[in-house]
Amino acid sequence: MSVTREQVAKIASLARIKVDEGDLDHFVPEFNAILGFVEQLSEVDTSSVEPMTAVIEQKLRLRDDVIDADPLTGGGKQAEVLANAPVAEHGFFGVPKVIE
Amino acid sequence: MSDLTLLGVKAIRDGVAAGDFTAREVAEAFNANVAAASELNAFIVTTPEHALAAADAVDAKRAAGEELGVMAGVPIGMKDLFATRGVQTTAASAILEGFKPEYESTVSQKLWDAGAGMLGKLNLDQFAMGSSNETSHFGNVANPWKANDGSNNVLAPGGSSGGSSAAVAARLAPAATGTDTGGSIRQPAAFTGISGIKPTYGRCSRWGIVAFASSLDQAGPMARSVEDCAVMLGAMAGFDPKDSTSLDAPVPDWAGALNADLRGKKVGIPKEYRMDGTDAEILASWDDGIAWLKDAGAEVVDVSLPHTKYALPAYYIVAPAEASSNLARYDGVRYGLRDLPEGAGLQDMYAATRAAGFGPEVKRRIMLGTYVLSAGFYDAYYTQAMKVRTLIQRDFNDAFGECDVILAPTTPTAAFPLGDKLDDPLAMYLNDVFSVPASLAGLPAMSVPSRLNAKGLPLGLQLVGKAMDEQMVLNAGLAIEQRAGFDAAPGKWW
Repeated sequence: MSVTREQVAKIASLARIKVDEGDLDHFVPEFNAILGFVEQLSEVDTSSVEPMTAVIEQKLRLRDDVIDADPLTGGGKQAEVLANAPVAEHGFFGVPKVIE
Repeated sequence: MSDLTLLGVKAIRDGVAAGDFTAREVAEAFNANVAAASELNAFIVTTPEHALAAADAVDAKRAAGEELGVMAGVPIGMKDLFATRGVQTTAASAILEGFKPEYESTVSQKLWDAGAGMLGKLNLDQFAMGSSNETSHFGNVANPWKANDGSNNVLAPGGSSGGSSAAVAARLAPAATGTDTGGSIRQPAAFTGISGIKPTYGRCSRWGIVAFASSLDQAGPMARSVEDCAVMLGAMAGFDPKDSTSLDAPVPDWAGALNADLRGKKVGIPKEYRMDGTDAEILASWDDGIAWLKDAGAEVVDVSLPHTKYALPAYYIVAPAEASSNLARYDGVRYGLRDLPEGAGLQDMYAATRAAGFGPEVKRRIMLGTYVLSAGFYDAYYTQAMKVRTLIQRDFNDAFGECDVILAPTTPTAAFPLGDKLDDPLAMYLNDVFSVPASLAGLPAMSVPSRLNAKGLPLGLQLVGKAMDEQMVLNAGLAIEQRAGFDAAPGKWW
């Protein structure tokens, strides 16, 4: 399977990465080389195989339903959460206007 | 005083405990080597004050007669993929430049609790995506080794843990943390003549490690001896409720149980790894390894891993798919870079931020992952790759019915010059052909140096063990280390 220039532009848009014509010039052939390489997986008979869900079998744990059971990942960390924000205002993350 | 920077983890720890030298003297010696090696570009930031503060704390504890940790007095390098409180953590990307975490990763915290100090944050391939450390936003890392053929080319230190491998090989640190998604500990260790182990998936907590491909990412130590790796892995591993895939199992005393007597053990040689076109010196090094393990008492048996050739294509679907999901968090809102063009809305801000903040290889993988997960292609690519992953794991399970550990080369070649494979992503990916299968199966795997090739460059041998059996991997690694007698070091040119 190979992809067209338009498809790669569409993928970039889905991935929220701005690309220009120059980017597409190299991404398209690189994509097709990689897709050509992974194509060989289709020759493997997997009709009786389940897809892997966990590489090491274990039961998914549930934590205790307790507020602030771990103070580090619990609540009350507004200042820390906002400390690295490019724009923080009034205790919130700042973003460009979304609703006109 | 003899040069303290020639000492490894255990020798430093024991020397500090015995009072042969102070932790501060050790930290000062390594800080000096780090400061004098900027030409290697192994570090993104250096933190000499952190190393000194940790050393002083160890010296004070010793003076007070308190018990010292297993890494007490050992200054290490920290791959810049681990969140370190108050110290810039970038994953070698522009998008995280300036990011100072408010929290500490579990693995780094465990190392500090064990008495280690931090020399600095080590360079790597951007978001750990690469095999040559050439995708870093902060420049290439130079391999301290150079070929003896007069070419004087600067060689790749391997990747993604290229700063870690270069720093340990150049004696800038006795050990460093690495992370391994498809070979990122083992391949750089092989390229620089050091040892490194990726434990069983889930042994080391992923909490606070910048995520690349969560079902594959594992942290591990890189050092100059098998015993040092065992000591440091013991300090890094352990159950962590903050990581949902952390293994709730006791951490064995790997270092204490090291034993190179392999009588009664079987070593499997996978015939599918003898690929056409593999470098003759790599094959000769593999033959040396077989002879050494026989000499250690092991029986050598042929095993088959029939789906080996499908491991790399499966990896290049699974890893980008997970990366596209994990890296969706970099949106210019909560942390990191924001690029807001004049008059742009939210969606344009996302796209501009990600275009400016990610390098070409990261974009390539995010987009590839987006494609293989998109409607209409999901089953053909992602589901098929995860089925093949089941088959690869089944191959290993079958093989381990007949042997205790598998021996193979770590890489298909020795270190290559920087720039050599930069224009051909696929050629770069092929460098991980021997390391990726164990990653897909979540198995413990280690690289140990075997010999120098005709150009004077180190080669590595890889040991792959059963799930949870790091001990067997380390024991076989020790048997090779004792017989290889690898004591070569790169000549200082930096």
